[in-house]
Amino acid sequence: MIGAFFVLPLLMSAVLAFRAKDGGFTFAHFEKAWELYRTDLLFTVGITVLSTVLIGLVAIAIAGYLTLGENPRAVAILRWLYRWPLFIPFIVTGQVMRAFLAKNGMLNHVLIGSGLIDPLAAQSLLDWRGIVIAFVWKQAPFVTLLLAGAMASLEPAQLEAARNLGATRLRLLGGIVLPQVRGTLMVGMVLSFVTMLSVLSVPLMINPNSPTMITVDIAYRINTHSDYAVANALCLMSLLIAAGAAWIYLRHASARHASA
Amino acid sequence: MTTMSIRTRWPQALGMAVLLGLFAFAIFGPLANLFLWAFAEKWYFPHKLPQEFGFSFWARVFSPRGGALTSLWTSIGIALLTVVVSLAVAIPAGYALARLKLRWRGLILFAFLLPQAIPNIPIYVNIARIFYEIGLNGTIIGVVLVHAAHGLVLAVWIASAAFAAVDISLEEASRNMGATPWLCFRTVTLPLAAPGLIASAIFVFLESLDEFTGTYFVGVPDVTTLPLLMFNASMGGNYQIASITALLLLIPSIAFMFVVERFLKADVLAGVGR
Repeated sequence: MIGAFFVLPLLMSAVLAFRAKDGGFTFAHFEKAWELYRTDLLFTVGITVLSTVLIGLVAIAIAGYLTLGENPRAVAILRWLYRWPLFIPFIVTGQVMRAFLAKNGMLNHVLIGSGLIDPLAAQSLLDWRGIVIAFVWKQAPFVTLLLAGAMASLEPAQLEAARNLGATRLRLLGGIVLPQVRGTLMVGMVLSFVTMLSVLSVPLMINPNSPTMITVDIAYRINTHSDYAVANALCLMSLLIAAGAAWIYLRHASARHASA
Repeated sequence: MTTMSIRTRWPQALGMAVLLGLFAFAIFGPLANLFLWAFAEKWYFPHKLPQEFGFSFWARVFSPRGGALTSLWTSIGIALLTVVVSLAVAIPAGYALARLKLRWRGLILFAFLLPQAIPNIPIYVNIARIFYEIGLNGTIIGVVLVHAAHGLVLAVWIASAAFAAVDISLEEASRNMGATPWLCFRTVTLPLAAPGLIASAIFVFLESLDEFTGTYFVGVPDVTTLPLLMFNASMGGNYQIASITALLLLIPSIAFMFVVERFLKADVLAGVGR
């Protein structure tokens, strides 16, 4: 079943992307894909990298406070709060953000109502910023969950010792906690990166116009032009981007092994 | 001394409250907005809140022409079939991976993880093409197969961990008392692994219920699941109908997650991926 539903389609993707009309081997589809969608490719890489970094930072901040926070009530509230988007599907996230970030959405109403911005300065965030916000909102809880789990299984005596020696909480987080959970953080971030790379619904609902993400272009090539060749060339490019992320991760992991 | 410490803690506590408030707004603000849209009759710019609340859009969604009920049943039917197909593969596969000394165990588990680690879009695109050629595009079976292929990844991993958590000496005791392997599996192993298996069934069910991309490519034009209905309404600019459908999709997700926390015990979670 894995063979039929994963390996076969991938092989087909590779074959179709390189096959010319007469059955020969060609790079024409890649040239066409690059020609038409160069901006979107860069845009895709930019959005996913930026989102991944932001997700990592948010996850470190929340998980760090959950582990080192001294106010038990605040920790309990935060623990209850942060998980909600985890349970919400991408497609619903798309719709939720589409309404929330629009020019007449709740975000702008609240900003205007609290006097933070001028009514005339209200603008729609439904472009690349909307996609990044939706991704971070949806994926950060997932990485936080993994990270908080890893942090909870650290040796408490270590933290105690460092605390007694006068380390601040920020020092504790940066010097003792984070180095030990770096592997978990990387896994969470790489998984999020790959997931975001292949989400179609969020970019389609928040910003379907160019420049957008290549998943939208792939859907467009197929639904409008039945152009499987260029679509598959784009697919292989997204696989390459994912492979790049995996390679960076593996290099990190092996470097850690070597130094350990 | 104590008054000093209280005084120095005040601004800190206030700052914490403000931060938590902002965070709560970041999490629930978007959801509140969805909720308002679902019950709005009229809501034009620049009004901050809907001018009229009401249920007329709910009536429209649930009327026979609204299509929500049909899509809801389609979605639930597909999700149930997906669970059946996934578990039919995951139970024997998970048991074999947990109990038998398979030579390529690591490799097999890795193969089941692979689909999680690569972008899904190339897969859906080409499955759609294959299905189109053999006439499975736009059929319920086609969509179920796509969902099951994806759900299997989770199901096999969780099932294998659930079986591994069952104490093997209990099985041996029942075999020593003369139980056949099948009787032993049915009356000892399966009930003990049931919580983990139910959890994996719930995960597969939810994945299928919320799945969009695969259905978008394989299901068109005849299979309209709830996520597709929501997408079409939203793209058509009808935020009320899109929000109502989104709420319908949220209810099972959030409800099941509370149930899952009870079923998925820590010892099973710890065994995942071992």
